[in-house]
Amino acid sequence: MNDAKTVLELRNVDKSFGPIDVLHKINLSVKAGEVLCLLGDNGAGKSTLIKTMAGVHAPTSGEILMDGKPVSFSGPKAAQEAGIACVHQFGGTFPLMSISRSFFAGVEPTKGWGPFKVFDRKKANEIAVHEVRNFGITRIDDGDRLVGGLSGGERQSLAIARAVYFGARVLILDEPTAALGVKQSAHVLRIVNEAKRRGLAVIFITHQVMHALAVGDHFAVLIRGAIAADFKQGEKTREEIADLMAGGESMADLEAKVGVQA
Amino acid sequence: MSEAIQTAKSSKPIASRLSVGELMRSPAMGAFVGMVLVFCIFAAFGYHKNFISIVGFANWMNFASMIGIVAIPVGFLMVAGELDISVGAIMPASAMTLGILCGPYELPLGIGMLITFAMAAVIGCINGILVTRTQVPSFIVTLATLFAVGGLTLTLSVIFVNRPQVAYEAPELAKALLGDRYFGFRASVFWWILLSGILYFILHKSPWGNWIFAVGGDPESARNAGIPVNRLKISLFVLSAVCTAFAGMLQVAAFNSAQSATNFPLIFNTIIACVVGGVVLTGGFGTLIGIFLGTMTLGIVQQGIGYTDIDRNLSQLIIGIMLLAAVLMNGTFQKLATSWSTGKKED
Ligand SMILES: Nc1ncnc2c1ncn2[C@@H]1O[C@H](COP(=O)(O)OP(=O)(O)OP(=O)(O)O)[C@@H](O)[C@H]1O
Ligand SMILES: [Mg+2]
Repeated sequence: MNDAKTVLELRNVDKSFGPIDVLHKINLSVKAGEVLCLLGDNGAGKSTLIKTMAGVHAPTSGEILMDGKPVSFSGPKAAQEAGIACVHQFGGTFPLMSISRSFFAGVEPTKGWGPFKVFDRKKANEIAVHEVRNFGITRIDDGDRLVGGLSGGERQSLAIARAVYFGARVLILDEPTAALGVKQSAHVLRIVNEAKRRGLAVIFITHQVMHALAVGDHFAVLIRGAIAADFKQGEKTREEIADLMAGGESMADLEAKVGVQA
Repeated sequence: MSEAIQTAKSSKPIASRLSVGELMRSPAMGAFVGMVLVFCIFAAFGYHKNFISIVGFANWMNFASMIGIVAIPVGFLMVAGELDISVGAIMPASAMTLGILCGPYELPLGIGMLITFAMAAVIGCINGILVTRTQVPSFIVTLATLFAVGGLTLTLSVIFVNRPQVAYEAPELAKALLGDRYFGFRASVFWWILLSGILYFILHKSPWGNWIFAVGGDPESARNAGIPVNRLKISLFVLSAVCTAFAGMLQVAAFNSAQSATNFPLIFNTIIACVVGGVVLTGGFGTLIGIFLGTMTLGIVQQGIGYTDIDRNLSQLIIGIMLLAAVLMNGTFQKLATSWSTGKKED
C-alpha cells in the first residue's frame, strides 16, 4: 500500500503466561524509516509486546513476519542476528567499562595471531568514537572514557549507535526517555530521528505524549493487551491521544456516548 | 561549579594534565598508594630487626605468593560478579590428593599432578554449573562445596592413609622447580609472578578479559551482546579451582607434607587481597596489578609484623582498618574515574 517496505509485522499475536492472558490478537507492522510509537498505561502489555518481538518471549499463537517471511526466534540472540535490537531504559552499556570496550563487548576487534590475539584498542576507540559522533554526540572524543561518566541520554545514544553499527534494522526502545530530563530527552529524540533517517524501523515506547508526537509517524495504543487505536501522524490531536493513553477504554466509551448524544 | 569548569577549560596544557589524571584515575593507584604506605610504616617500625633486607622481603613475599596464586582467579570471579570461597577446601584437598597418590601410593609425580588438576577442575565445574543453573548466589554455593570438599578430604584421608596428613618428598627436579628457595625466595614467588603475567594478558589484553568485565557489569546486556555468560562463569570457577590446586602442590613441594584441615584463613586472605587491590565486590571492575599489590600489602602486614615490636595480634586490627579504608577508597576512585571523563568538557 505504501512505497516503504514493511520490515516487521505481527499477525494475530496472542501471548499468555499460564492462565494470564497479556496480549490479545495483536496486528501491527512497522516500515523502514518509520517510527512506531507504542502507547499505553502501566501494565497494558507494551513491554511484553516488544519482548515478544525481540525473541525474549515466544508468542502463544499468531505469526511474526520479517520482510514478509514468517520467523520464530529461539532467543534474544537470534532476534538480534536477524536485525532486531532492543535498547532498554538503563541497559546495554556497562558503567565501569570504557566506551570502546563496551561498544564492542562480545564482538571485540583483535590483532595478533593464535592464542596471542589482543583486543585492538586503537581500532576499537576509533570506530566507537566515530560512530557515536556520527549520531551527533560530539562531546565524546575519547574511547577510553568510562561509560559511567556519560549522561543518561548519552548512554542511550551510545547503545543506539552500537545497535545501528552492528546492523540492526529494527530498533526497539523501551521508555528510553523515562529517566531523563528535558534536555537529555531531546537528545535521545534527536538520535531516534537520526536512526529513522538512516532507514531503520523504530519502535518507541513512551508515556509522554510530547515525546511521542515529536518523533512518531505511526501510533498504536495498547489497552489491556489489545490494540485500541492505530493511527498515523496528524490523524488525531494531542488531546485525543492523551485521552487514549490516560483514560483508556472507559474514557473512549464515554467520549463515544457523548458524541452520539450530541 | 561553573567557575571550576572555567578554570579547567582555560588551563591549556591538556596533554600533561591528562597523563596525571590518567595515573590518578588508574584503579590500581589506590592499591599502590596503600602498599607504599603500609611498607613505609613497617619499614620504620621494623628497621632495627632488618625488615628491609632480602630475607625480610623474601619472608613476606613467600607468604604472599601462596595467597596471590589463588587471589588472582578469585579476583577474576569477583570482577565477573561471583565469589569463590571453596578455595579454602580445594587447597588441602589437592595437597592431600597429590601427597597420597605420589607418597604412599607411589605414582609418578606427573601423573599425580594430572589427576589432582583434573579433580580440582571437576570441583570448579560443579561450582560453576550449580551457580549458573540455579539462582543460588555463588557465596552460598561455594560455602556448600567448601564444607562438602573439606569433609570429604578429611574422611578420605583417614580411609587412605589413616591420618589427616601425609608426608611426601618430591623428586629433586620437581623440588627445584616447585619448592626450593632461591636467594630466600621460594619457587612459589616466581610462579606467582609468571601466573600474574599470563593472567594480566588474559584480563586486560585478550577479548576474553573484556567479557569478564561485561558479565560483571551487566549480565543481561552481556548475554544480549552474545557473550556466553554461563560458559564464561564455569570456566572462571574451573580456573580458580585449578590455580588453587597448583598452590596446594607448591605447598607440598615446599614443605614435604600435606594437611587435610580446611584452610579458612585463605578464604579471607584472598577476598581481602582483592578488595584492598581495588576489585569492586559487586563486579565489573578490578585490575590484576591491583590484586597483586593488594596481596603484597596483606603479606607485609601479616608477616612484616614479626619484624616490629608491635603486638602480633594487632595485625588483625590493621587488616580490618585497611579493608575498610580500601572499600571506602574504591568507591571514591570509582566516582573519580567516571566523573573525570565528563568533568573535562562540560558544556
Ligand atoms: N512473565 C510474566 N508472567 C506473568 N505475567 C506477566 C509476565 N510479564 C508481564 N506480565 C503481566 O503482563 C501485564 C503487562 O505487563 P507489561 O510489563 O508488558 O506492561 P507495560 O505496558 O510495559 O507497563 P509499564 O508501562 O508499567 O512498563 C502485567 O499485568 C504483568 O503483570
Ligand atoms: Mg514496560
